[in-house]
Amino acid sequence: MTRHVGAEGLLRRLAPQVLGALARRYGHFDLCEDAVQEALLAAALQWPHQGVPDNPHGWLFTVATRRLTDELRSEQARRRREETAAAQVPRNELIEPANGDDHPTDEDDTLTLLFLCCHPALTAASQLALTLRAVGGLTTAEIARAFLVPEATVAQRISRAKQRIKASGVPFRLPPQPERPDRLRVVLHVLYLIFNEGYTATSGPDLQRSEFTAEAIRLTRDVRRLLPDDGEVAGLLALMLLTDARRPARTRSDGSLVPLAEQDRGRWNQACISEGLALITGALARQPIGPYQLQAAIAAVHSEATRAQDTDWPQILALYQLHERISPNPMVTLNHAVALAMVRGPQAGLELLRTLDDDDRIAGHHRLHAVRAHLQEMAGDSAAARASYRIAARRTTSRSEQRYLETRAARLTEPEQ
Amino acid sequence: MKYVALIYSNPGAFEALPQAERDDIMSQADAFLKEFTESGELLGGDALAHPSTGKVVRVRGGVPAVTDGPFAEAKEQLAGYYRLDCESLERAIEIVTHDPAARLWGVEVRPIMDSAGTEM
Repeated sequence: MTRHVGAEGLLRRLAPQVLGALARRYGHFDLCEDAVQEALLAAALQWPHQGVPDNPHGWLFTVATRRLTDELRSEQARRRREETAAAQVPRNELIEPANGDDHPTDEDDTLTLLFLCCHPALTAASQLALTLRAVGGLTTAEIARAFLVPEATVAQRISRAKQRIKASGVPFRLPPQPERPDRLRVVLHVLYLIFNEGYTATSGPDLQRSEFTAEAIRLTRDVRRLLPDDGEVAGLLALMLLTDARRPARTRSDGSLVPLAEQDRGRWNQACISEGLALITGALARQPIGPYQLQAAIAAVHSEATRAQDTDWPQILALYQLHERISPNPMVTLNHAVALAMVRGPQAGLELLRTLDDDDRIAGHHRLHAVRAHLQEMAGDSAAARASYRIAARRTTSRSEQRYLETRAARLTEPEQ
Repeated sequence: MKYVALIYSNPGAFEALPQAERDDIMSQADAFLKEFTESGELLGGDALAHPSTGKVVRVRGGVPAVTDGPFAEAKEQLAGYYRLDCESLERAIEIVTHDPAARLWGVEVRPIMDSAGTEM
């Protein structure tokens, strides 16, 4: 027995391994997940006092198996009471391996778990909650605090998700090869959403949520270790690292937002940037190129500029043009317009923005008005810029964005001479 | 995205309904709350007491003034609210269409602001 300071980190790392081993052995993913949660809770209560056991994985597995067996027995007893005529299942059958003697590694289990938690039949909210609990090892209470919702709501989302998985009858194994690329895309999207939840948190009540960036990076590192040849996995990890590197500079101490051009680049995390740059350089050599690789490549160009005015905008523009070709969407067009304005002047950017006016996906969105405001300000049209900033400020549902946009509008109140 | 659904009703009109009809509405409201609480989208809410029990507080020059307020005379009154956390405004509207209050009166759906945000 050793006293352990980082027991929480250890528990989070072991959670998917224990759950994977349990579900692979006994099936009943839904019950296994509850059993592992209880084992983690027991460990969190006992280990700080009694010390971390020599074989923490084995300890958790044993405790979780005991809980699972109890649960299966009581469920069977319930069923027996209900259907007296039902054939009696021998007790040991309950804890017999569910399928064969295959012994995949813990790594395979983590990937299987991720695919299961990010099953396309689940809503995004359920995918996030289930992934954070089953793979990330977080408690329902921690997830609820971070999302600022009642604990009961998170519990509902998780139990709904597990019911759906159970009803869909998917076995505990990796999805068939032909389905994997599509399923992997969903997994990466869920990890990206978890990262963004954390990254966009500013201060105060959001603080709990900001831990999600570290959590998302940790899980994406796991996926990268398991799928080292996938360019998009590397691209997503690079994107997360290069974005997270700016976190110390993106807000002021009062929580207000600092735009990229005004950030103190000396505060960017250089270790994150170096790792991100190395990753994306390697990933860009792999075909086909996907949207995460491109976004990471754009973030990389920004991170290489020591001052905002040194930014290589022609290269960013070329990357956005490529991005629009391979996966067009209005948010990409929006950023493309900014790059275009930086290279060819604000009118070129504004012209591209006009193509979005009839696009229902973004026409009412505050970001369209905010970008337009910036470009109008760049073009020297203060009155139009002020009006656009105000529209954007009214439409955003973020208090910190609203504050930023109102400040920009106020700055333009006296037309420049 | 989080939203608040604000139920505006005419309290007089509800009181004028026969008991059986009022009971029926209340049980429909309970079923609605249960369904969307279980889907993990309804975060809870409250019904408000009759507007005649409300007070309006104004502090002017450091002096508080408490009145029944001009709002008490409005025909449509805030009768209750609940919070939603769901995928999109479209989904929030879809949920609210199942609320008997939307059928009988009107329910306003408004986004709740968050402090999280993206730098530009």
